[in-house]
Amino acid sequence: MTTETTTQRRPLLPFRVQMEPRLEEVPRWMPPLVSLGAIIAALIIGGVILAAVGGNPFAAYAHIARASFGNWGVFSDTLVKATPLILTGLACTLAFRMKLWNIGAEGQFYVGAFGASAVVLAPLLPPDTPGLVMIPAMMLTGFLAGALWGFVPGYLKAKLNVNEIITTLMMNYIAISWNNFFIFGVWSEGGFQMSKVFPKTAWLPRLTDYAQQIPIFRGLTIHLGLIIGLLAAVLMWFILYRSKWGYEIRLIGDNPQAARYAGIPIVRNTVLVMMLSGGLAGLAGMSEITGVVHRLQGSISAGYGFTGIIIAWLAKLNPLVVPLVSLLFGSLILAGREIQPAGIPKLIQGIILFTLIASEVLLRYRVRIIRVREA
Amino acid sequence: MEAIIIILQAGVATGTVLLFATIGEIFAERAGVLNLGVEGMMLIGAMSGYSVAVNQGNAWLGLLVAMIVAGLLGLLHAFISIHLQADQVVSGLSLTFLGTGLSLVFGEGLSKAGAISLLPSFNIPLLSQIPLLGPVMFSEQSVLVYAGYLFIPAVWFYINRTRPGMHLRAVGENPAAADALGINVYRLRYFYVFIGGMLAGLAGATISLAVSPGWFSEMTTSGQGWIAVGLVIFAQWDPFRAAFGSYAFGALRRLILDLQGPATLLGLRNPFYYNPYLGFFLQMVPYAFTITVLIIGSREAIRQRLGAPKALGLPYVRGERE
Repeated sequence: MTTETTTQRRPLLPFRVQMEPRLEEVPRWMPPLVSLGAIIAALIIGGVILAAVGGNPFAAYAHIARASFGNWGVFSDTLVKATPLILTGLACTLAFRMKLWNIGAEGQFYVGAFGASAVVLAPLLPPDTPGLVMIPAMMLTGFLAGALWGFVPGYLKAKLNVNEIITTLMMNYIAISWNNFFIFGVWSEGGFQMSKVFPKTAWLPRLTDYAQQIPIFRGLTIHLGLIIGLLAAVLMWFILYRSKWGYEIRLIGDNPQAARYAGIPIVRNTVLVMMLSGGLAGLAGMSEITGVVHRLQGSISAGYGFTGIIIAWLAKLNPLVVPLVSLLFGSLILAGREIQPAGIPKLIQGIILFTLIASEVLLRYRVRIIRVREA
Repeated sequence: MEAIIIILQAGVATGTVLLFATIGEIFAERAGVLNLGVEGMMLIGAMSGYSVAVNQGNAWLGLLVAMIVAGLLGLLHAFISIHLQADQVVSGLSLTFLGTGLSLVFGEGLSKAGAISLLPSFNIPLLSQIPLLGPVMFSEQSVLVYAGYLFIPAVWFYINRTRPGMHLRAVGENPAAADALGINVYRLRYFYVFIGGMLAGLAGATISLAVSPGWFSEMTTSGQGWIAVGLVIFAQWDPFRAAFGSYAFGALRRLILDLQGPATLLGLRNPFYYNPYLGFFLQMVPYAFTITVLIIGSREAIRQRLGAPKALGLPYVRGERE
């Protein structure tokens, strides 16, 4: 692409675009700036499309900003939406760091919710179990269910080289049918498509629960899941960048050949990473169901698993950036519910991912516009 | 017997959707470009085709628009993965997000459109008289199903026996060598990603204008684009194996629907009839089957040393060493 073209035709334009590979390191300020530019470009493109179908993009964006950051109450709701996104975003970050394409966070989220519900609904523990036992038990089962959902594609990938993109995706559909069987059938309450409400001991504590002591917490729905998510982000950063295992994961991701020569166990790491990734997404399902919904029902996810993919990429696979990016998408999901037509948030997410990967060319190449002289 | 014929007949019809999508992806992957956006392109094809048929009253025009729109969406992926050399997995994923979002936005309210004129279905004279094969393949099928029959050998011949087909394979197997022979690698890759997009659009329109008419938002395709990507691996990039997989899949989908109907099955109580919730397990079958089929394809690839086109998923940069 950088070599001289030898066409004899008259140039179409008086200039042409030439791309030269960057030889030196990109300055530190540049990647965040390019990502920001990509988001702005995506919002502009989304606005044009919104206008094309008869909407008012300025009103829509102003509405999103107001309905998600306007006051403490709605900001708290935004944080609640961001909570599962942090965990699914981390799930994708971990897998993607090893170039394992876990597209199955959505399904892992669903079975995570199922696993957590089983503690209360099967029931594995009696309803009068104290919260200090109940909540950790639900975290464990939610995590394990998600990890199992990650294990299957991980094992198939490691042992039989089966494409994990397709298997994780297929597992999504299976997870939703699995949950539906229990929501419609086994655990249905009075024929409705939902289970009975969990006992209070199975609810994650929320800020509003402490409104008696601290009045300003009244109505704030932020729950313990947010802390779990933030802790997971810090833990993930330590695993990836400060541990031997993290080094192995990154090496396999960057250069599998070298990793193999170095004797790093690729099969074992593939299975383990997929399980941890699935477990994190399962934990997201657990957090959503015990922190927000308080029962098992259908459509508990607003595409959290899929949005996690975009979040991971936008955060450049840095666990510490994931919570920040999750906030942005949390607001989009929260406020996007009221925007018509209904597909707009999904559309904007798609455009953001597109402009983002398109913008990455600026980090790898120096783009020059060269004036073409008449020969 | 009657029931089996009905299942196979419906299987051929619904299988045609997967057939077009799978062969489209085979073209793109043979040229070395992995396109995971099939689901998005199918949705945009199904939506735009149906929309044009509703508004213009012409299903053929709808079919044409569906193919062009989906092809253009494919070109976006081509630009990002060929010229900007972005990761093809991520680019394809974002294409699916984008296609889904676009079709939801522009398909708003489309599901309430009334009856429209669809693409014609008819009997093939003489051929429909053949026992078994006649009723299954040549009776009351959509014109697109018949087009599919002709398409399979034509694609095989094109890829394996013609000069352009050889260029296609060369670009996917060894782009540097193809370039040295004077084949324009970039142009061919763009072309086949566009063709792949058009076929995905055709597959989408086959759903919305022929096989199960209408627009049901994301449920229109219900993951068939992803199944198609999986089938390509099972098919080992061969159109005949793709056809076999597609039709088998179509029959399976119909079988699942029919299993829930009768009260007795082979003289036994039908559990799916008495406990309709068990139907959720039947709904899992196509997806579990896709995983199974992938395992078969992967094992075979290892055993026969077949496999993906060598340069699949790798951007080609002129003058760069491999």
